[in-house]
Parts: sequence; C-alpha cells; structure tokens
Amino acid sequence: MQRSTKRWLALGAVVAASTLTLAGCSGSGFSDSAGSSQNASSPLTVLIGSSGDAETKAVTDAVATWSSSSGTQATVTAASDLNQQLSQGFASGKPADVFYVSTDALAGYAANGSLLAYGEKLANKDDFYPTLVKSFTYDGQFYCAPKDFSTLGLVINTDLWSQAGLTDADVPTTWDQLSAVAQKLTTADHAGLSFSPEYARVGAFMAEAGGGLVNTDGTTATANSAASVAGLSYVKSLLTSGAAKYSSTLGAGWGGEAFGKGLAAMTIEGNWISGAMKADYPGIKYRIAELPAGTAGQGTLQFTNCWGIAADSQNQDAALKLVEQLTSTDQQLAFASAFGVMPSVQSAAAEWKSANPDLAPFLDSATFAQGVPTAQGSADVIKDLNSQLESLATADPQAILDSTQKNLEAVIGK
Amino acid sequence: MTALTDRRASARRRSHIAGREGVAGWLFTAPMIVILGLFLVVPVGMALWVSFSDWTGRGSPFSGTVGFVGTDNYSELLNGGGLAERDFGISLRNNGWYVLLVVPLQTALSLFLAVLVNRAVLRGRGFFRTAFYFPSVTSSVAITVLWLFLFGATGAVNKVLSYLGVNGPNWFQDPSGIVHNFFGLFGVTQGPGFLTDNTALGVSLWDWLSGPSVAMSAFVLMAVFTTSGTFMLLFIAALQNLSGETQEAAMMDGANGWQRFFRVTLPQLKPTLFTVLTLGVIGTWQVFDQIYTGTQGGPGKTTVTPAYLSYTSAFNNQQWGQGSAIAFILFVIIVVLTLLQRFILRDKAVSKRRLRAYSLDTKGTGR
Repeated sequence: MQRSTKRWLALGAVVAASTLTLAGCSGSGFSDSAGSSQNASSPLTVLIGSSGDAETKAVTDAVATWSSSSGTQATVTAASDLNQQLSQGFASGKPADVFYVSTDALAGYAANGSLLAYGEKLANKDDFYPTLVKSFTYDGQFYCAPKDFSTLGLVINTDLWSQAGLTDADVPTTWDQLSAVAQKLTTADHAGLSFSPEYARVGAFMAEAGGGLVNTDGTTATANSAASVAGLSYVKSLLTSGAAKYSSTLGAGWGGEAFGKGLAAMTIEGNWISGAMKADYPGIKYRIAELPAGTAGQGTLQFTNCWGIAADSQNQDAALKLVEQLTSTDQQLAFASAFGVMPSVQSAAAEWKSANPDLAPFLDSATFAQGVPTAQGSADVIKDLNSQLESLATADPQAILDSTQKNLEAVIGK
Repeated sequence: MTALTDRRASARRRSHIAGREGVAGWLFTAPMIVILGLFLVVPVGMALWVSFSDWTGRGSPFSGTVGFVGTDNYSELLNGGGLAERDFGISLRNNGWYVLLVVPLQTALSLFLAVLVNRAVLRGRGFFRTAFYFPSVTSSVAITVLWLFLFGATGAVNKVLSYLGVNGPNWFQDPSGIVHNFFGLFGVTQGPGFLTDNTALGVSLWDWLSGPSVAMSAFVLMAVFTTSGTFMLLFIAALQNLSGETQEAAMMDGANGWQRFFRVTLPQLKPTLFTVLTLGVIGTWQVFDQIYTGTQGGPGKTTVTPAYLSYTSAFNNQQWGQGSAIAFILFVIIVVLTLLQRFILRDKAVSKRRLRAYSLDTKGTGR
C-alpha cells in the first residue's frame, strides 16, 4: 500500500514536471508574436487547393516566372486537404506565406488573426469586381485579393432542346418560361431540369426573388424574408410538378454529371462545367444562358477564392508583390485559358469574353450576382439548410427558412 | 489459498528488485515512457486544456492570449440551444444507431464464421479463413470507394435487387431513417405529440428514433463486412484453446449440438466475447475514415459522427475548443459503456433458474 502511494506520487510529479516544461515552452519556444520579424530574402511557400494538374501546373509556372524575375525563391505545393494543412500551419506558427482562402473559411482565419489584411495595399485593388471585394471584407477590412470567380448559369443540351421543338427564341427569361420549357423537355428518359440539392444552386432562385440568406452587407439574416420564401417555393413547385429533379434523385453526384450523362436536358451550374464537359462528356452539345429573371429581376450566386497572406509570413512584402502579379490582368487571362476560370478583375473582362464567347453569359451575370454568406459559422448553417433542402419537395419552405433564420441570427449576432 | 501464497511470494520477489536492478529497469523502459509520454500523454493533456480554452487555432494553445473559459465549450454542446448542440445530438443519434446495429451483428457473424472454419471436417479451411479475413487487411478507404460503387443508384446491389423485383433505394443519397420508413409502411409518417414536441440535445425524440438512415445502413453493412474477419480470428484462437474433453463429457451426458454450443462452448468463450464487444464498441464509436472519404456527413447530416464532427468543427470552423470537447465527451461515453459491459459480463454465481437446467431432476415432473 505504502509503495503504491509512493508510486502515484512519483507519477504525479512526472506529470507536473512535464506540464511545467510545456508551460515553459509556451513563453519562449513557440512563436508568440503576431507581427513576426520580416526578412526580405526569406523564400516564399505557396499552398493551393488545386482542381487538377492543369491548375497546379499553371500556378507553378506563374510563380516560377515571378520568382526568377524578382529574385525571391518561391515554391508551390498542392494541398490534399487545404483547410487541414492551413490549420496546422497556423497552429505551429509556420504557415505557408501565400495560399487559397475560400469565402467560408475567411471569417475564421481573419478572426483568429492568422490572415494579413493587405487588400488596401494592393496596387490594383480598384480593378476587382466590388461584389468580390465585399466577399473578402471582414470587420470593415479588405483582407485578400480575389483569385478568380464563378457564377451560375443555365446550361442547355441543344440536341434535346431542338428535339423538343424548341428554338433560340424559347430560351427562358422568366420563371414561367423556365417552368414551361422544363416541362416540355421532360421525358421518360430524362428530366427537364436538374441541379444538386444545395443552397449553392437553389439559392440562385432566392436571389431572383429578391431574397437571400443575408442582406447585401452581410449584417442581417434575411433567410425567412417573404422574398426568400417565394424563391424557395418556386423551386418546390418545379420539383413537385416534375419539371425539375435533384441530381441526387437521378443518381448523379452533381448537376453536371446528370447533364453530361443525358439524364437531364438542362442544369444550373457554374463556368467550371465547360472543363468537365470537355474532359468527361465531349459528345454533348450545349449552350449557356443567363438564369431567368424571377419576381425581382435577374439573380445568380457567385463563388470565389482569394489569395491569403499569412500574418506570420516572414516576407510579407514579397508575398504582396507575388499576389499583385498573380492577380494582374495578363496573368488572370493566362489562368483562365489554362483551367477555365473567370478573371476577378474588370480590365480582363472584354478579352475573356472574346476568347470564350460561349461562356460570356457567366461573366455577364456578374452584374447581378449575389455572394454567399461569409460570417464565421455560416458554413454550418448552410450545411444544415442543405440537409433540409434534400426533402424540399415534401417540406414547407417557410419552416425550412425559419429554422435557417434562427441559426443564422445566432451566427451573425456573434 | 494457493493464490494468496503465490501473490505473497511474488511480492517478496519484487521487493528484491532494488538498487541497481531498479535503475536498469527504468533505463530499459525509459525510451518507451518518453515516446508514449511525448506522443500520447502530452497531446491528450493539451487537447484537454484546449477543450477548456478559447484557443482559435493560431500559435500555441499555451500562449498568453488564450483564455480559460471553464466549461463553456461543453455547455455549448450539451445545453447551448443552438446549431452546435443540435449537430452534436444528431451525431450521437447517428453513431448510437450505428453501434447498436454493428456491434451485435459483427459479433454474431464473426462467432458464426469462427465456428464454421474451426470444424475439422471442413475442406480448404485455410482458404476460407483467408477469404473471411481479407476485408480486414484491406484499407478502409479502398473498401469505402468500393462500397460507393456497389451501393450507387445504378450500382451492383440495386441491380441484384431489381432481379428480385425490388426497387432499391439510392443508398448514399437517401437521408430517411429506416425505422421511420418502417413506420411509414403502416402510414405513420408523423410521430405522436409527446415524441415530436420533446427534444433532447436539440433533436426531437421522434427523430432520435428515426433509426440509421439508408446511407448509414450501407456503412453498417460495410463495418460488419470489414471487421467480422478480425474478430473471427480472435474467436478461432479462443475456440482452439478449448479442450475437447469438456465437449466429450457433454456428449456423454447426451447434450445435442445446440446445447453443447450454447451451454458449453459459449460460456467458455466469455473472456473473448468481452474483448470482442469492447473492441467493437470502441471501434464503432470512433468511426471516421469511412465518413471522411465516403459521404462527408451527408445526406442530410445523417452520417455525421462525433469523431467527424470534432474534426470539422476544429479544422474547418476553427472551433478548436468545441472540437476537443466533443472528443472528450466521446471518450467518456466509450469508457462508461465499457465499464457497463464489464459489469454485465462479470462472472456471476450461477442463478437458481440456470442451475435447474444442470441439476438432476429430483422433485419435478417425476419422469
């Protein structure tokens, strides 16, 4: 008995000692300072969440070119799980210097001080689309330069379109017309319209009705406003009438797959669909149209990423120069042709449209596009909304949006 | 009595290990103690601290700017009334059903397989043992991918079902609970008021009873498929340790095959059964990789598990305190369940009712 007490005491002492050692580490060992020391010659690391080899190669080449002209070493790494690798970097105090940041991750990283708010220092800051700048503004500060962006459009299978006896004049510009053509295109083999059961598609209809999850500043939750409910009710009517089917109902992972496999004659997707069609479904002929106007005019959703710079970066000046180069008009046009994104600067618009006349409706939609909520925790709210949207056909839109409103208010009020 | 003297003797022997021998002992164990301490005890301690702090994931969790927030993270999960509580409730619901189905099924199946391949008369025993064990040595990520194909809307499983005239569900896209679906067959789609109005952890009692979603059921089948091989191995080892004499004695007493199995073999397997159940419960409460590679929590959050929720709240939402709090609640759940299991499977004195089955019939029916 005596012996075991002693042993416990010894164990306790060991635990206490190791805790103290750890506590000691925190004072000096781990870097504690926010504005870490700058070193103009220290090399840069760039961490990207790449969509594929084409993107990785294009970014690597662009960074290598900048590196040889500026004399600052820079290496590009494609992350396998961007959020996880970024988080590890921030926790260890040695993050990548330049990296992709998504809109839903921005608030989290900005709030804990991991990101450098460099937006105002950019030489080309006035060239970015204002709605994109708004997406990367947190607490009144423009944090990071939009890398590129995408909007949603209506993708139409032209063969099925003409088979149904429809012409160019029938491309829908209103909800009624959309319902009518979708109904007309519906056969036993394929659905008229298909999209995935998520806010990132369905939300476009809420925007067309003049609603949205949050107001334009992102300061108030408007999920259960009459306009938002009207948008969602219209989607429900599409689903219940059989004119539209979720891609998951058709056994496809996303709208593009349903469209490419010929399970749907129309889908709602972003400009990334051109790459997928070229790679996976080269036999399908299609055209892009702007989404039809709802009760409050045209609307669509836009998605974007930015080039984040770490607050712990050793060489912030060089990182800023690199980002300016990567977001320059010429470089963005080069990225656009390499992996099919839309440039985030207005000065590249005309040239991009002449290079991609078929995809022009996506860029034209930028004028009425709505960003997705960016408040910290809103990604969870959207995930919750998505889980309810899957059963929209049998659910009450008002009830769904009421619960989303409650969740959003908790997040935005924080 | 002999046990007691043995213990005394060993205590005496142990006390002789002193001085130099003691130092040498510590020296030999030191590398392992350091490694375990550094990579196990210290990180667990750090995580415990993080679960009581407001650390946001930047810099060291022990730096001066990180504050102690008491049990805020825990109460947000257990009593917060917000999305965090509801998500946690949903994840417990999903994983609870998963455990409830997987553990009994895989234990029964692995025992069944072990008894089958343990029979001396079986030809090609080696082949069957390898075949049954094979899924266990395959990476769970690979099997998940295989499962996604098998259980696709137009996958092999639905194809087979269609031959039987069954219109298979769209497995990994179907968020409906199977218990709810069962009630739905009888036209009950809405629970009674006392179930729908009362909530626990933000989830209504009716939703707690939904059963695993169709998507989760596919994961249940997968877990049974992959792990029963491992546990079969444990049961085979235990079966081979049983002496044939008891079997023969039972045979002489006139016990038939079923009686020999349930009354003679099974009671002797109790220690192994405890091991298998414990490992099963621990493994199934920690399910993560299938979810991460397979469904990412969808459809309709019905495959979110506490382990996956802990990961997403920490790495995607920068809610590190909440993430580690979930991990520690999970730890408590597992420990409590293991203790409970140990209590249930403890060696009991044979009850009178049980004893009657073994005693000679003296006063009863007068045969």
